[in-house]
Amino acid sequence: MENIERKNLVWVFVIIGFLSLLSITTYQMHEYYIYLTAYLWFGFVYGMCLQYGRFCFSSAFRDLFAVGVPRMAVGIVIAMVLFGTVSAFVTATGNSTFHPAPYGIHSVIAGFIFGVGMVLTGGCASGSLYKAGEGNATAMLVILSISVSQSIFADIGGWTNNLVPYAWHQSAIAKGLPAAINVGDGWMDQFLAGYVWDQPVLLFSQWLGLGKGFVGAYVGDVFVGIVLPASVLLITVYFIWYRKGYLRKQTEARRPTSGLRVELAGYWSMIMASKRTAIAGLVLGIAAGLHMYVMKGMQLKFGVTNFGTLMKEMGITFGLSAKGTVFDPGYWYVTTQEAQWVGWVFNKLGANNMDNIYFGLENGLPNPLINPADWMSLALIGGAAVMALLHNEFKWKGTTRELAMWAIIGGALMGIGSRLGLGCNVGAFFVRVSQGDMSGWLFGIGMIGGAYIGVKFFNWWTERKMAKEMAACDI
Amino acid sequence: MKFEKKAEGRFLLDVCGYVCPHPQLYTKKALEKMKEGEVLEIVFDNPSSGESIAAMLDTVGDEVMERTKDGGKLTWTVRKRRAA
Repeated sequence: MENIERKNLVWVFVIIGFLSLLSITTYQMHEYYIYLTAYLWFGFVYGMCLQYGRFCFSSAFRDLFAVGVPRMAVGIVIAMVLFGTVSAFVTATGNSTFHPAPYGIHSVIAGFIFGVGMVLTGGCASGSLYKAGEGNATAMLVILSISVSQSIFADIGGWTNNLVPYAWHQSAIAKGLPAAINVGDGWMDQFLAGYVWDQPVLLFSQWLGLGKGFVGAYVGDVFVGIVLPASVLLITVYFIWYRKGYLRKQTEARRPTSGLRVELAGYWSMIMASKRTAIAGLVLGIAAGLHMYVMKGMQLKFGVTNFGTLMKEMGITFGLSAKGTVFDPGYWYVTTQEAQWVGWVFNKLGANNMDNIYFGLENGLPNPLINPADWMSLALIGGAAVMALLHNEFKWKGTTRELAMWAIIGGALMGIGSRLGLGCNVGAFFVRVSQGDMSGWLFGIGMIGGAYIGVKFFNWWTERKMAKEMAACDI
Repeated sequence: MKFEKKAEGRFLLDVCGYVCPHPQLYTKKALEKMKEGEVLEIVFDNPSSGESIAAMLDTVGDEVMERTKDGGKLTWTVRKRRAA
């Protein structure tokens, strides 16, 4: 670590001091706040890991297609294997808080829209959080755009009702939801209750009939669900993007350029080139697995399955869903809490946005000050800021008109993709794949396709701008 | 974004203020258009782009001759690889 500037060190102490003080004082107010504190410190660790490893899913696929750099894609795949291995233990011991999602063509479409968006913005949902922690105003704008678009999209009605297939409408009505939820009105509500909820849910362990124990978790969910597809992905990346450069270096160094030993050495060199991301992935994987363990422990300690029950016991009822719950994933998640804080603001400004499934039935709209996942995201930004400060990489950086435009458009696409896919690159891809959930890979396939199209578009855009500049240079 | 010729066989690419993927895309496009052995000075202030640019240069074999850092601003001098 290079010499840390004194003012940076002061800010590191200020951030850690503030979060520590918040943890202690809220615990003194009520012991239930320790539930939020657990989210907070895991968020802090996530932020440090993301910044250290420059852990960005947008970068992973975009750099692969745009400039032929596989470093981040390899690091993320390794991180998924590590996270899966840790959390399989949590699953096998019956302590997982994970819920698999329904899978179908919507997962691919959602991933595609999200993938295009994340290339336009320059960062995925989690990447934008850590970049905000580096002082990047464009990333902050991306977060705002994701939040606003989700919040609007979750409650969208009016003319969009005309786009709902009648079969979805009928199926949604037939679900018999509480009267407070106007399920027959609103595109998202009818999409969720009339289509998504009718789709199957499948873990690799179930698919192979291996049950929920150690064999199911490690053989089904980890080996078949993660290790095998990850190996195919890594081998593909090696042959298409890495091998040529490796063999060129071998030739220049007058070393052997053919044979299995050379290929294996090349493959290993590709893995080691992603060391920084893989180290971050290792810590992230362990932290994410532990997070599930700790949240399950908290729930057992307090005898609840959702933080909403504890809120009620503390006398806080505003923002609870019709089921008496709030968004409490029990693991790393990014986008729903972003939708909630803007949704809460809209609600306070007079919007009637509690009559839908997303806010009204499932996640609620609690005050951001007592929203468990909001504590996690804010601390994630803090953790990223601390890591950036420790490496003298924190810098307030404004935006430009062009970057702001991409941030708003791309952020909106990511917001829409997140709601259609029931999560972002973390909740719908990274976490689900790592838990052996089939829908995770479908979202991922769409996301990779979307990233490819986003890169094609940016290639055209930058080529145009570059051509203008070069025309004056006689090149 | 600014791209200009500083001298014969020497160019400047200034992508300060840009975030990913712009710096790495502009660098790739500039180097693609330049002749072998020519030199490109890249000025940028997005650290994560630096890691992508370094990996890209390593893959294609272009040589980073000098790296300087002034506050948050990074300047890399790169010579385009001559084919063997």
